[in-house]
Amino acid sequence: MSAGASVRKEIRIRREAADVWARVEDPGAIEDWFPGIVASTVDGNTRVITLGSGLVMPEEIITSDPIQRRFQYRITAPIFRNHLGTIDVIDLGDDTSLVVYSTDAEPRTMALVIGAATAGALAELRNQMEPEEN
Amino acid sequence: MGRKILLVTTDQQRYDTLGCNGGTLARTPVADGLAASGIRYERAHPQSVVCMPSRSTIITGQYPSTHGVWMNGVALPVDAPSVAAVLQRAGYRTALIGKAHFEPFLDPFGRFTENRLAAIGEETRQQPWFDGTTGPHRGFEHLEFATHGAAGPLHYARWLTGQHPEAVSMYYPPLDGSLEVNAAGGGDTGAPQVKHNPIPRDWYHTDWVADRTIAWLDLLDPDDDWFCWMSFPDPHHPWDPPESEMGRIDWREVPLPAGYPESASQRERILDAKPRHWRQWYDGTLVSNYEAPKDWVPATLTANQVREVNARNAVECELIDEALGRVVDHVCARGWNADTDIVFTTDHGELQGDFGLLFKGPYHVDALMRLPLIWRPAPSATVAPAIVASPVGLVDLAPTFCAIAGLSAPDWMEGSALPANEADADARGFERVLTEWDSQLFGVDVHLRTITRDGWVCTTYGRGTVHDGTEGELYLLADDPHQRENRWDDPSLRAVRDDLVADLHDHQPLARSPLLPVEAPV
Repeated sequence: MSAGASVRKEIRIRREAADVWARVEDPGAIEDWFPGIVASTVDGNTRVITLGSGLVMPEEIITSDPIQRRFQYRITAPIFRNHLGTIDVIDLGDDTSLVVYSTDAEPRTMALVIGAATAGALAELRNQMEPEEN
Repeated sequence: MGRKILLVTTDQQRYDTLGCNGGTLARTPVADGLAASGIRYERAHPQSVVCMPSRSTIITGQYPSTHGVWMNGVALPVDAPSVAAVLQRAGYRTALIGKAHFEPFLDPFGRFTENRLAAIGEETRQQPWFDGTTGPHRGFEHLEFATHGAAGPLHYARWLTGQHPEAVSMYYPPLDGSLEVNAAGGGDTGAPQVKHNPIPRDWYHTDWVADRTIAWLDLLDPDDDWFCWMSFPDPHHPWDPPESEMGRIDWREVPLPAGYPESASQRERILDAKPRHWRQWYDGTLVSNYEAPKDWVPATLTANQVREVNARNAVECELIDEALGRVVDHVCARGWNADTDIVFTTDHGELQGDFGLLFKGPYHVDALMRLPLIWRPAPSATVAPAIVASPVGLVDLAPTFCAIAGLSAPDWMEGSALPANEADADARGFERVLTEWDSQLFGVDVHLRTITRDGWVCTTYGRGTVHDGTEGELYLLADDPHQRENRWDDPSLRAVRDDLVADLHDHQPLARSPLLPVEAPV
């Protein structure tokens, strides 16, 4: 029985991938679209987020690749034996994009909890990025 | 002025832990007295054998398939139907004090209202309701929460941390450092989820729930109608009642439960005749659900550990009974007794040694499904005491509360008001009760559907990662009260089985689609 777990959430957004990526790649703006994260600070490759419960989580930004449109970070708080968060923004070629948010974590319970929260983040990202219907 | 309603729930309490139900270990004179003057149900089942789905059924009057909380960790939407909202709108004062668990406990992002209220300091919060209006959270104008132990953001934990910080670490930690259900052993026998707890009784959560209930009742005007859900976290594991109370029962003298097969070969023979996840869990090769410790192997459970768990559980049941007695006395002192209905039940049972197992999971047997349920109608209603053997469910509670309040049950409620006696049960068609299980966790999914009817318990298994969809269980309760002999494959019972399965399918509620997301393991 694995001690870790992997959770994947995805959402299709009616917005060009470049626009979505511009929001995702800004590490200091995560609290604007990730419900449950109430504050963040960025210093070089280190981001510190504050959660709605008051928990503070340090993170290391690993990848911010505008060509692949991939953002990856690792939570370095002691409770995690491993963590990797990956956000891929994929151009679907029809002025829409697919955003895939993957969470790999040990302990596995944290993968489930964070993965569930990323679903809310993707929904909020779509709310903010899609043009309003006329 | 109408009838007031005191709903008393415990957590994970077996039918046979009450004296009125034949229990001999715990002394429960208050519950027994309510049963003697009211209606005692001998075949009350939950619609799910874990907390969140079952509690969601109590408040909505709906099956898990309908309200959507299909496993622990799925949040009941804030705008889900609620009997408390119906009563509040009809003028009732409403409160829930103790364990709610409509929303996941593991919530580092602080996404769920019930985990935030204590820190915010609000008595409730205005929320959207199922009917398009707004009102207090799930219909409760007053909310104070507690759960097992003293960790986390709920009211009891904050109270204990603020008033008696030295006591917080006295409790057994329900989760381990990996946030899995803790497998560490303690007490005298090393049983899992057992600990000597030096906490003074006055600080323990059982008495806190009663104290806070009394405090809320004291705020009410004499003429108020009220619905109070008093929800004790015990006797759910961990089994760590105040050590000062453990002298009540010497675990060394506790008889082994009738459902505990004493020899390993006997246990293995029984489990091998059931669908494969039973034996796999016993052997430690599969833990399909979060509700049992991942790192505990049931085959290692000793007879003395069973004795100690049962002793500690019984002490917790006694403390609940005494706390209930204080609240009932207070209701009497306020002059409300004649007009107060009291309903006592729990959300699901506990294996507690049956089959050599502890805790709970996808196991639809009496240990988990047969619940204590007592309805003491308001004496002013002059309902004769009765015993009802026909099957009823927790899904029937919400319509019962509506009936007590003189309200029609809304269309969205799927149960019926509890029968007042056996003739009433016959007349209104209380023939069957259904129970569901669905879980999907870390790559393992399990699906059960169960019907209890005509003295039979019949469970079908859906296709999943463990089962191929052909498995089942069939027990005749009168001949096999501990469900030791699975007769699913008995050719002589094929017609009975086919009839029960057809009836089960005919009465399945429509499954909600899409499924609500799993937000946490619990």
